[in-house]
Amino acid sequence: MMKILGIESSSLVASVAVVTDEVVTAEYTVNFKKTHSQTLLPMIDEVCRMIELDLSEIDAIAVSGGPGSFTGLRIGSATAKGLGLALKKPLIHVPTLDAMAYNLYGTSALICPMMDARRNQVYTGVYRFEQEFETVMEPCMMDTRELARELNKYGERVILLGDGVPVNAQILKENLEVPFSFAPAQCSRQRGASVAVLGAVYFTEGKTETAMEHKPDYLRKAQAERELEEAKRQGKVAELAAGHSVGDGSQREGKA
Amino acid sequence: MMMEDTENTEKEKKEREMTGKAGTAKKDVLILGIESSCDETAASVVRNGREVLSNVISSQIALHTQFGGVVPEIASRKHIEKINQVIEQALSDANVTLDDITAIAVTYGPGLVGALLVGVAEAKAIAYASKKPLVGVHHIEGHVSANYIENLNLEPPFVCLIVSGGHTHLVIVKDYGEFEIIGRTRDDAAGEAFDKVARAVGLGYPGGPKVDKAAKDGNPHAMEFPRAKVEGCPYDFSFSGIKSAVLNYINKAKMTGEEICVPDLAASFQNAVVEALVSRAVLAAKNYGYDRLAIAGGVASNSALRTAMQKACDKAGIHFYHPSPIFCTDNAAMIGVAGYYEYMKGTRHSWDLNAIPNLKLGER
Repeated sequence: MMKILGIESSSLVASVAVVTDEVVTAEYTVNFKKTHSQTLLPMIDEVCRMIELDLSEIDAIAVSGGPGSFTGLRIGSATAKGLGLALKKPLIHVPTLDAMAYNLYGTSALICPMMDARRNQVYTGVYRFEQEFETVMEPCMMDTRELARELNKYGERVILLGDGVPVNAQILKENLEVPFSFAPAQCSRQRGASVAVLGAVYFTEGKTETAMEHKPDYLRKAQAERELEEAKRQGKVAELAAGHSVGDGSQREGKA
Repeated sequence: MMMEDTENTEKEKKEREMTGKAGTAKKDVLILGIESSCDETAASVVRNGREVLSNVISSQIALHTQFGGVVPEIASRKHIEKINQVIEQALSDANVTLDDITAIAVTYGPGLVGALLVGVAEAKAIAYASKKPLVGVHHIEGHVSANYIENLNLEPPFVCLIVSGGHTHLVIVKDYGEFEIIGRTRDDAAGEAFDKVARAVGLGYPGGPKVDKAAKDGNPHAMEFPRAKVEGCPYDFSFSGIKSAVLNYINKAKMTGEEICVPDLAASFQNAVVEALVSRAVLAAKNYGYDRLAIAGGVASNSALRTAMQKACDKAGIHFYHPSPIFCTDNAAMIGVAGYYEYMKGTRHSWDLNAIPNLKLGER
């Protein structure tokens, strides 16, 4: 019997699931306030109690690996790494957008998960199920209008999902020239079960990593790093090192 | 936020009773301490609150130097990359496994929230999965507790001066984990002043050690900088005046084309800060009637401060305690020590423990 714990905390959604072979034995999802650091472990505890699971029985921990809220990703990641260290179990890095696309398993349409990255930008990717689950466009950060242009190129029906949809609905409606729809609520956001189920697929393919190796894949550098690169291009490194403009993404992302 | 885990408490009570009996072998209490509040990822195993079995620190200083200071997001990213390695190393250096550990202690504030969260989430998950008690530790309580590592005879009560990049406090340590704050800075922390001055004269980051080093070749009386007193609060500090005076001096020199003697400037600035720190700490010890004085925090590793404090304490008949430099700057051994005393007092945190970036000293 294969048991995988799935952890998802890349956005406003906190979600924990256990998949036992072909069955989701428990899933606990909260899409309320961003208090993952307080809620995530109690949610795991609750799930374990409900299904009388001793965590030592699991085979691996699947974690939504990004992109997403920097802090949210790290809470999930550190939780998974801590569990992995203590239980001596491997981790499975499930790209967040892949797991979201997996919510719509089997559809004949293109699947486009999109996460709000602010300022009309989204973290996005394009997926389809043909013989198997395929990535059509690798996860990246993109302007919403540019994404619409990309989707138009495929000339196929597309289903969009994620918290980037409501924020950009108007732009999408104005710019999409292919048939499109927005996923219904039960599959429109991140789900721990999708992380666990796709994680189980990776696990059987041997795509695991050690708890020590695991780190989130942010798809975006820290603001200070971007500024440093810009400064290097302009030959102004000395000014930056003197500390005149050390900005940082975490001040926006830093809510616990 | 605090929760008594009845099951654990019962078990521990039995254990305590057992160990209390004469003739029975005392069971060692091993604390795994975890620290990630700023730019050091650290883990340590401490036996019975005083014996450091391992002390692993992964410093990010080199990484942040290019930015002229700690960048919170970059610090947080580094923490998540290093934390498991650091913890595994701490366990293996101590020649123990997680099974041997009694409880997990972690810094949950104050500090950079994103950085703290990595350690807190990690510690909670480890404690949960290994079914061990979780003890949240105040970072500053950790700094104070660093004094217990090498001074086995030091026990509360005593006066402690806490000086770091983010804190300047003068406290009476009434008991383990119990503090009465009698003085604090009204503006910049002492270490912050060091950083700003170091940056202004081009010594770079981190300011404390750079100024300390430069000052060794300088004359501490070359320039006179003001020693601000806070009216009616004899134990409070103010460093913005000293800092501004130094910055004004630099600007004036730049305008007149005068060359600045960096060692003299560093020594004179450092002397002004050290004098402010030493005079208040010794005054507090005398007035409150304590013959023991300790220093803690990153700035406690400053050589001029240590020398001046030793001299002043000798003169006043006060025993002076200070941790080795490695236990002054951020480390997890101090968290293991503080965690031990919190654990023995019965402090337990539940799985919803959060990082509290502005956690006040003495708050739980």
